[in-house]
Amino acid sequence: MGLTADDVARLAALARIQLTEQDCAELAPELDVILESVASVSEVARPDVPLATHAIPMSNVFRADVVTASLTQTQALSGAPEEEDGRFRVPQILSED
Amino acid sequence: MSETVDYDELLTRYEPALGLEVHVELNTSSKMFCGCVNEFGGEPNTHVCPVCLGLPGSLPVINGKAVESAIRIGLALNCSIAPWCRMARKNYFYPDMTKNFQTSQYDEPIAFDGWVDLEVDGQTYRVEVERAHMEEDAGKATHVGGSGRIQGADYSLIDYNRAGVPLIEIVTKPIRGTGAKAPEVARAYVAHLRELMKALGVSDVKMEQGSLRCDANISLAPLGSETLGTRTETKNVNSLRSVERAIRFEMTRQAAVLDGGGKIKQETRHFHESDGTTSAGRSKEEAEDYRYFAEPDLMPIAPGRAWVEELRATLPEPPAERRARLQSEWGFTDIDFAAVVNSGALALVEETVAAGASPAAARKWWVTELARRANEEGVDLDELAITPSQVAAVQALIDAGTVNDKLARQVIDGVLAGEGEPAEVVESRGLVVVSDEGALGAAVDEVIAANPDVADKIRAGKVQAAGALIGQVMKAMRGQADAGKVRELILAKLT
Repeated sequence: MGLTADDVARLAALARIQLTEQDCAELAPELDVILESVASVSEVARPDVPLATHAIPMSNVFRADVVTASLTQTQALSGAPEEEDGRFRVPQILSED
Repeated sequence: MSETVDYDELLTRYEPALGLEVHVELNTSSKMFCGCVNEFGGEPNTHVCPVCLGLPGSLPVINGKAVESAIRIGLALNCSIAPWCRMARKNYFYPDMTKNFQTSQYDEPIAFDGWVDLEVDGQTYRVEVERAHMEEDAGKATHVGGSGRIQGADYSLIDYNRAGVPLIEIVTKPIRGTGAKAPEVARAYVAHLRELMKALGVSDVKMEQGSLRCDANISLAPLGSETLGTRTETKNVNSLRSVERAIRFEMTRQAAVLDGGGKIKQETRHFHESDGTTSAGRSKEEAEDYRYFAEPDLMPIAPGRAWVEELRATLPEPPAERRARLQSEWGFTDIDFAAVVNSGALALVEETVAAGASPAAARKWWVTELARRANEEGVDLDELAITPSQVAAVQALIDAGTVNDKLARQVIDGVLAGEGEPAEVVESRGLVVVSDEGALGAAVDEVIAANPDVADKIRAGKVQAAGALIGQVMKAMRGQADAGKVRELILAKLT
């Protein structure tokens, strides 16, 4: 596979996980082992094997369009680190990215 | 303020290409993945539950009605419906979603490869629809401090009432070959979608409340070029008029940059209603990486053929057929009918006729008088504070002789100013036409006495001179006289 330390650094940045250069260097070969194991599954799966993302082959699991009770504002905000005017207060958003 | 170049002149050198992304909020009773009420507004954070707040351990379940609406929209856009598709997680870090992802669809949209035909100034344009996919809306952020925008704000406050409201995103393929008509074609496309969603009954399509929102991608390429230029994406253009203005402005701005030897930066831009310009937002130079993956908490959606055909049978009359039918029912010329369609008044005229007005009267009010007022206020026709049934009521007052055309305009002023129903405005403003012979007779006598020379002309047989006297009587009665009656009285007294 050949996952590099740079790949790990990029993934970490996308996932907002703070890693040192040393972390990245160590994780690259470790993650590579996992990727190789997953890749070996692809060798067995031929094109005629249907794609599966769920363990149980189910589809069209829907709920009826019925309104159920919501939380109260107090309940909704009970776990919020900070609140103001019935809203969740969050730190300055530096960019939309 | 950016440099711009003359619109007509730029078209001799550049060819525009458009790409439109329209978000439609569905009007289901409950949200996309939970039973919270789907309703605009409300006290902040009162339409929320563990699922739409993304609390640990909560599990979403798809609203079947939303899927049904998505399929009907897809069919109405002449799309193919995917026999099997999944929801996906779009991962990003922005607090308008608590989960750090939006549940959307990625490479398996429920509907794809459709088209719509639009008519603009007698020419038909086919817009190809790339996809229509299902997703959820995000919460609403209010930025506090600074200018109220993200940049410079001290902190933000979030209301999650809108988080999880079902959305359909409809994306076009690049629209080329529109030339100078690009802004009008874009407007016609959004107007068409709005009409279609209304006819399907799947959305409130209130652009001012954000239940139909448009992002406009625009690029310019040298005339005759095979490849597309670099595009910008102008976000949340929230009225039909703004769609047209934003695209027109962006074309002139991009042309100025290109003329100056510059390059267009691929970026998000914000449209400003106040002066019709756009300004740079987030740069998109680095390709976005949302690390999409299939949503493990939701089962795939597999619309069977029988279900799809059942839904197809519920589709409303196709827009082109509807237009043809209405034009023939109303007996309008092509020009008159096109004026109705292009001013976005088709449904309004239809509802006004249904409320009892004649087609000609309904057209007259919406396409001339009300369109002028909408333009003055900088809003779309259906955002005016007057309903089709109120317009029909105004016309009924004219037909009954209660008011004349001039007074009717004052009645409309009153309705728009929130003074109540037309009859109430007539009452409170005292706008009834005076046709009582006693009251009119006195005014006529005064005017005749004040204009002996004109009166003599009429006595001598110059009946057309009566017009001058009628005008003066109307003036004296502040427009509230029955003009026909005044004429009768003048002639009776002088001939």
